[in-house]
Amino acid sequence: MIGATQTKNNKAFELDKDVENQWCPGCGNFPILLTLKKALAEAGCSPENTVLVSGIGQAAKLPQYVQSHYFNGLHGRALPVATGIKAANPRMNVLVTSGDGDVYGEGGGHLIHTIRRNPNIAVLVHDNMIYGLTKGQASPTSPKELVTPTQPRGVYNEPFNPLTLAISLDAPFVARASAGEPEMTKEIIKQAIAHPGFALVDIFQPCIVFNKKNTYQWFKEHTKVLDESHDPTDRAQAFAVAMADDEFALGVISAHHRRAVYEESVGIYDDDRRALYERENDWSMIEALLRTRV
Amino acid sequence: MAKQKSNDFTIVIAGQAGQGIESIASVLTHVFKKQDFNIYVAKDVMSRVRGGMNSITVRVSGERSDAFRSHIDYFVPLDPRAHSHYKNRLNEKTLIIGVAAGDDFKAENMSTVNFVQLAHEIGNRIYANTVAAGTILGLFDLDADIARRYMQTFFRRKGEQVVSENIAAIEKGLKIGKHIAFEKDVHLALETKEDVSEYVFLSGAEAVAFGALAGGVNFSSSYPMSPSTGVFTFLAAHGKECDVLAEQATDEIGAINMSLGASFAGARALVSTSGGGFALMTESVSLSAMTETPITVHIAQRPGPATGLPTRTGQEDLNLALYAGHGEFARAIFTPGTPEEMYDITAHAVELADKYQIPTFVLSDQLMMDSFYCVPREAFTRKEHHTYIEKTTKGYQRYEITDTGLSPRGVPGYGEGLVHADSDEHDEDGRITEDMTVMRPAMMEKRFFKRRDLLTEESLPPTRSGPQSAKTLIVSWGSNKNVVEEAVRRSGKKSIAALHFSQIFPLHPDTAQILLRAEKVIIVENNATGQFAELIARETEIVCQSRILKWNGEPFSVEELITKIKSLA
Ligand SMILES: Cc1ncc(C[n+]2csc(CCOP(=O)(O)OP(=O)(O)O)c2C)c(N)n1
Repeated sequence: MIGATQTKNNKAFELDKDVENQWCPGCGNFPILLTLKKALAEAGCSPENTVLVSGIGQAAKLPQYVQSHYFNGLHGRALPVATGIKAANPRMNVLVTSGDGDVYGEGGGHLIHTIRRNPNIAVLVHDNMIYGLTKGQASPTSPKELVTPTQPRGVYNEPFNPLTLAISLDAPFVARASAGEPEMTKEIIKQAIAHPGFALVDIFQPCIVFNKKNTYQWFKEHTKVLDESHDPTDRAQAFAVAMADDEFALGVISAHHRRAVYEESVGIYDDDRRALYERENDWSMIEALLRTRV
Repeated sequence: MAKQKSNDFTIVIAGQAGQGIESIASVLTHVFKKQDFNIYVAKDVMSRVRGGMNSITVRVSGERSDAFRSHIDYFVPLDPRAHSHYKNRLNEKTLIIGVAAGDDFKAENMSTVNFVQLAHEIGNRIYANTVAAGTILGLFDLDADIARRYMQTFFRRKGEQVVSENIAAIEKGLKIGKHIAFEKDVHLALETKEDVSEYVFLSGAEAVAFGALAGGVNFSSSYPMSPSTGVFTFLAAHGKECDVLAEQATDEIGAINMSLGASFAGARALVSTSGGGFALMTESVSLSAMTETPITVHIAQRPGPATGLPTRTGQEDLNLALYAGHGEFARAIFTPGTPEEMYDITAHAVELADKYQIPTFVLSDQLMMDSFYCVPREAFTRKEHHTYIEKTTKGYQRYEITDTGLSPRGVPGYGEGLVHADSDEHDEDGRITEDMTVMRPAMMEKRFFKRRDLLTEESLPPTRSGPQSAKTLIVSWGSNKNVVEEAVRRSGKKSIAALHFSQIFPLHPDTAQILLRAEKVIIVENNATGQFAELIARETEIVCQSRILKWNGEPFSVEELITKIKSLA
């Protein structure tokens, strides 16, 4: 799929009105926003069948700047909301776009269990290794020794590795992208959208105000694009790549079709593909159930 | 002993968890119901899977009497410790049939029967429960064929031998029962006026679940927690046939957020939980209000704080439901008191959530959830549901300001519009705003003030029962309806009447007037602080003169309330 460009309306996801952007000038979220809008259009999505779901944080404001449906919920709670939307209407393309604090910290429990449940959604985590909106405290992915207002002696907790977690839970699609590599990121997002089941894309993103360590330059120096020899269907290889912490791999680390998709397993869509809002509840079934209780 | 002729008696079967008290109760309830007797079943169980001391109270009556009676007419101990455990509910009138007491408990009126040994004689101790059921049935003038047929249908799948041995066991029991009746000179001929055999027999949990189905619920994500789990179990069991997606979440925060996602996408969603689980959901209740995403939360109360008494009853979470969620917004809280109300009101709560795009709450408790009732089939009426979802057009604005305070509700994928839900304060299009001069007041007006007024107009009035002239009102909410009404009736006093609230927030506009007409208001609640009394005082400035409060985890009994009411009224 990489490199396949479709002749779609590339402007479809551009806002049709002025919305004041709340990000800092030069924020690493801008290239992600631009990339996502292009990826959605090229993936053949339309604003009317796309729902962006986010939690709270600077990254979580992204849906405000896209021409699509959105649900901007609570800090940490984007994943269950996204699951509910997909479950109630499987025709929708559902994507989560939120921060590392949001998805890995406050919402960490949901991440584990959403991967287990495996709805067909794509989760894009803007990983700036810091809490941006609340002004610079450590996030679960902050590197050791990073000094912050709440870690004045430097971070001493072990950084969280989202990729090994996702691979250990056998997520169908696990990738790492980078705001500094928009073209590659776009292709990865397109694949994440197209891949059946849960897709995690951890996107390195500089926070130019609160994280002076993990800059564009730093990410460039500490990342390496995966080459052709990597086989994303091989779980052992995927683990090895995801565990390397001297140089972070960019690309699709793990991708497979081993698992059943949640909304295809729940039963109620087996012989009726209509969304829940299109259904009438059947009184005769309730009556029949009541009769069994006589 | 004098001949007993009673149309209302209570049987209690007591034993360890795992000893099979449930299976004895189900034979009894089946046979009595088939012969048109009303059955009310309440459970007293410990929070463990094996051992301990549990009991099932089966109240059999000629007329509907769905209230908990403390006095036991027929006590069936399967365990030698049961007598002492339940001694407060036994007196010289109680006939005890079962194993002998293992301690110095002195029974005045007891027939020792070793059900296990009798079962051995038939071939296997597993038939002990059937012998026990037969023994109790043998006391009554009943059609024994019903019991035999029940064995046939119930054990059919286990093979012919099991069926015939169970029939042998029931017959053995019937003989023993007849013998005991002769010896103790009891003659129990029952009368009934109703055709209860055609009634629906169901638990409170099932009544709520049926109400949810009738109200059009088609999505439920919940996390198991006693005593709420029965509702979710029912929806999961019948999901496929009834078009309900029931998903077990991995915590309550996930549960309510998943339901909110589904509701945003156009499903009708209900979440079932208990106090502790609901405490976790509170931030998301606020999210429902802010995003105007409908949700109904069923809260089956049990005593707290913290884990408290998981399998006991209480009404301690009224304040939790009333104040749950940060910020200020509109909500409706329902407190049904009977299985009919659980059905009707759950459906109503779901409908109202959709109509006003708000969170609504149904408060029940362990007593209601785990009790079983016989309910006339006609009570389960078909509910109208309106579709409040509208097809969107280009330029659609999710939070459009309108005269009614309600914005047309669109869902993603239905129409050409785009639907934006936001937990930040937002403008009409759902985009973040910090405009505190125009937008914030406009959104508060629509989200809170307008809806609060609409909900008050539509609030359910309290129901009164008892003499019209009565000047003393006994006020209840939730599960205490039946027990209060029966106590009022049996007290024999013309001066008292019962007043039950099936909706406690917003209160019906006539509440103050109704209470002001009484000279004395006595409130009955299963909590230590009189949470509803405090709410009434806050909303109406009327102070209830007396509070009858119980918070040890046990339900009120009819007898206990009669005594308390007589001493106060
Ligand atoms: C329940 C709750 N706790 C805390 C907050 C405050 N809060 C808002 S965003 C945030 C962290 C943001 O970090 P991240 O998710 O990494 O996003 P970023 O701003 O860096 O893009 C926190 C702690 C909140 N809104 N809600």
